[in-house]
Amino acid sequence: MGQQKRTKLEMKNISIEFPGVKALSNVDFEVESGRIHALVGANGAGKSTLMKVLSGAYDHYTGSIFINDKEVNIRTPRDAKELGIDIVYQEVDVALIPYLDVAENIMLDILVNKMKGKQFVNWREVHASARRVLDRLGIKLDTRKLAQDLTLAEKQMVLIARAIAEERRFLILDEPTAPLSNKETKELFRIVRDLAYNQDVGVIFISHRLPELFEICEDITVMKDGQLVTRRKMEGLDGKQIVELMLGKKMDEEYLKHNVEIGETIFEVKNLSEKDDAVKDINIHVRSGEIIGIAGLVGAGKTELCKTIFGALPIKSGKIKLHNNLLNIKNPHIAVQQGLALVPEERRKEGVLVEEPVYSNLSAASLSNFTGSLSFLKPHKERVAAVKMIGDLGIKTPNENQKVAFLSGGNQQKVAVGKWLMADAEIYIFDEPTKGVDVGAKSDIFDLIGHLAGLGKGSIYASSELSEILAITDRIYVMYDGEIVKELLTSETNEEEILYYSTGGN
Amino acid sequence: MNEKLEKTNGQFNMAGFLSFINKWGTVIAIFLLVLFFTLAMPSFSSPSNLLTILRSISIVTVIAIGLTISLTVNGLDLSIGSTATFTDSLVVSMFVWYSMSTVTSIVAAVAIALIVGAVNAFLIVKVKIPDLLATLSTMFIFEGVAMTYTGGGSISEGMPRLDGTPTEGVLPPTFDFIGKAPYIIIIMLLVVAVVHIFLNHTKHGRYLYVVGGNIEAARLSGIAVDRYRTFAYILSAFFAALGGIMLASRIGSAQINAGAGYLMPAVAAAFIGLSFGGKGKPNAIGTFVGAVLVGVLENGLVMMSVPYYSLNIVKGAVLALALASTYYYKKN
Ligand SMILES: Nc1ncnc2c1ncn2[C@@H]1O[C@H](COP(=O)(O)OP(=O)(O)OP(=O)(O)O)[C@@H](O)[C@H]1O
Ligand SMILES: [Mg+2]
Repeated sequence: MGQQKRTKLEMKNISIEFPGVKALSNVDFEVESGRIHALVGANGAGKSTLMKVLSGAYDHYTGSIFINDKEVNIRTPRDAKELGIDIVYQEVDVALIPYLDVAENIMLDILVNKMKGKQFVNWREVHASARRVLDRLGIKLDTRKLAQDLTLAEKQMVLIARAIAEERRFLILDEPTAPLSNKETKELFRIVRDLAYNQDVGVIFISHRLPELFEICEDITVMKDGQLVTRRKMEGLDGKQIVELMLGKKMDEEYLKHNVEIGETIFEVKNLSEKDDAVKDINIHVRSGEIIGIAGLVGAGKTELCKTIFGALPIKSGKIKLHNNLLNIKNPHIAVQQGLALVPEERRKEGVLVEEPVYSNLSAASLSNFTGSLSFLKPHKERVAAVKMIGDLGIKTPNENQKVAFLSGGNQQKVAVGKWLMADAEIYIFDEPTKGVDVGAKSDIFDLIGHLAGLGKGSIYASSELSEILAITDRIYVMYDGEIVKELLTSETNEEEILYYSTGGN
Repeated sequence: MNEKLEKTNGQFNMAGFLSFINKWGTVIAIFLLVLFFTLAMPSFSSPSNLLTILRSISIVTVIAIGLTISLTVNGLDLSIGSTATFTDSLVVSMFVWYSMSTVTSIVAAVAIALIVGAVNAFLIVKVKIPDLLATLSTMFIFEGVAMTYTGGGSISEGMPRLDGTPTEGVLPPTFDFIGKAPYIIIIMLLVVAVVHIFLNHTKHGRYLYVVGGNIEAARLSGIAVDRYRTFAYILSAFFAALGGIMLASRIGSAQINAGAGYLMPAVAAAFIGLSFGGKGKPNAIGTFVGAVLVGVLENGLVMMSVPYYSLNIVKGAVLALALASTYYYKKN
């Protein structure tokens, strides 16, 4: 297309504070329309906060914002939208209205802001428009389904659809790919490229998955501790350098798996089916010290498998055995008593108590370890354990009393994981535990899982990130359409083979 | 720890001030009210009047403590007033109609009143009716049950049974003590202390808050969510019943809808208490402080000869103000 005049967006000298936290100090940021700009940094570096400023979520920041050298005033989401700036938030469930359907959620901005004098809604038109947007994204999703019934990946896609439903000059995507697998990610990237190169939209893309940055971004801004580290072209950078800029220290990209002696089978699942056949006829086993992977695309049933084993979804038939004892897991309470632990996928909804402090979140699943006679709590012991976990996982928080709501997305995830790492279980089930977690913290989590394996515990690790599965597991089950279609030894397989089976090949 | 943050952070004076008001607003309001009433009428802060205030809020506080427990699991028990009435009728009837002993009567009356809690729990936890609607229904049901039981009238010493049998039972003197100062005040303080310790220093109290904070996360943390919700409604009924016993002793009879008037002040006390000390969640001491605020106001206004029929205007306005300080700050 012809060389049109690009729009330039600048943020200058942006600072913002929250009680006890200086989240941004004098940050400069610049993007151009028609380009895709990566924004990276460790968990809690200030990426989301900077983008929230740009999209009008805060009004108490200092500094100025310019579009084509003309100062603009952005203090409310509406200001930003009127300037053509929109954002897909990191915490998807906060941005969706659970009891509205897909179409209403996608068309929300239009229903709210563009009704002008009209008093009646043409629902047929709303659904048709929503359908068109979803088609552009290549998503098959019933527009009448309620948002609360969607999977996390679907929710994410609905939010993306909402953001592209209207014409934009700038689009901010805050970790949009975290809940997506490669397939959906590819689809998203196609759209993003189309927006940038054919419709001259400036895209700001936040992600902790480095390969993605190289795939679609041309420019990059690195942040650390609320400050700008560098802004430059992507060209000439490699992953190692980016990690070093982000963390301020060198780190091996390759994770070294712990060397653990694998013992007898301790956990067995036989012919397990969920009540509505979300997973069917599952047969898996875990040996002591072993980490098994559950691979598969989004929607293959990984989450459902984890939840069915844990008693969070009803079981239709099948047997679960731990140390050769038949378990009757009717609900998560019993599962935990029998020695199972589950780190669930949706942290905000299922994992953390956002209104509670970090320490009581961390102890919530292992409170019995911190009680004395008559169930009295031992607050000192509880806090010491919490502070240790905060250190082990590098949770960025002013102290253990901070409300979880005030932590960055990745740090909330670390709390959700830390809660279960503190619990005493025999079998640990992890459902996408590293979602939104930075590379440094990821290897901390891997280390802790490796440590559990060293103690003879078994782990089940479900993830749509094949690189992680390949890095830390011993054995892999591949799922497709609610069933396990293949069992592979990690040392003898590779991404291609796993992908082949997870797309239904056999 | 929060105070520390604010002090070290000079720039946050305004925010710090607002949050100070939010945390201690209730206490400041009580202090100012006492000051104002004392200036207007020096006898207001005489020890005997202060004791009167404490005595007058005892029943409200105990009932409000039960409500506070239902609030911890993110519920709201509207049936507490009816439960108190029901217990009042039960215990008085046991004395007057059946001449039962003090301990048996109290234990039996409270035990029967726990049925209300069980029914609430069943409707809310098992049948999954929203708490407000479920307890609204049981509020009417048990108001009716109490009235049917007493034949639509009151019970007091010397009155015959419903079938006309004459009675000789009296309220024993030991029972009378419950409603008198200092015992009634001691009971209230004990209840507040025990529930405070229970909620803040035991595992079960923590679980109640976890369930109220995020029920799905609580469930997946392995907490027996249904059990704790049931437990909360039973405890709520228990304290309402205890309030009913205190009420029976205080008025020495069973009156129609005697407990109904305690619902609104109890709700007010518990909600005013939310912001106490910056907790932002239901807590026993906050509820007590909330009840003190309501009590001071009522007592002062009565002493200033504000007619009783206008009291509600002021009480309602104070409730709105207290809630404003809680929620307006929360919004920011
Ligand atoms: N409302 C708030 N109150 C207090 N602190 C906050 C608030 N919002 C953000 N912070 C703090 O500001 C810092 C930056 O957070 P931000 O969410 O921008 O990080 P991020 O770079 O997006 O991290 P992540 O990769 O984990 O999403 C964090 O230390 C966070 O705890
Ligand atoms: Mg973020």
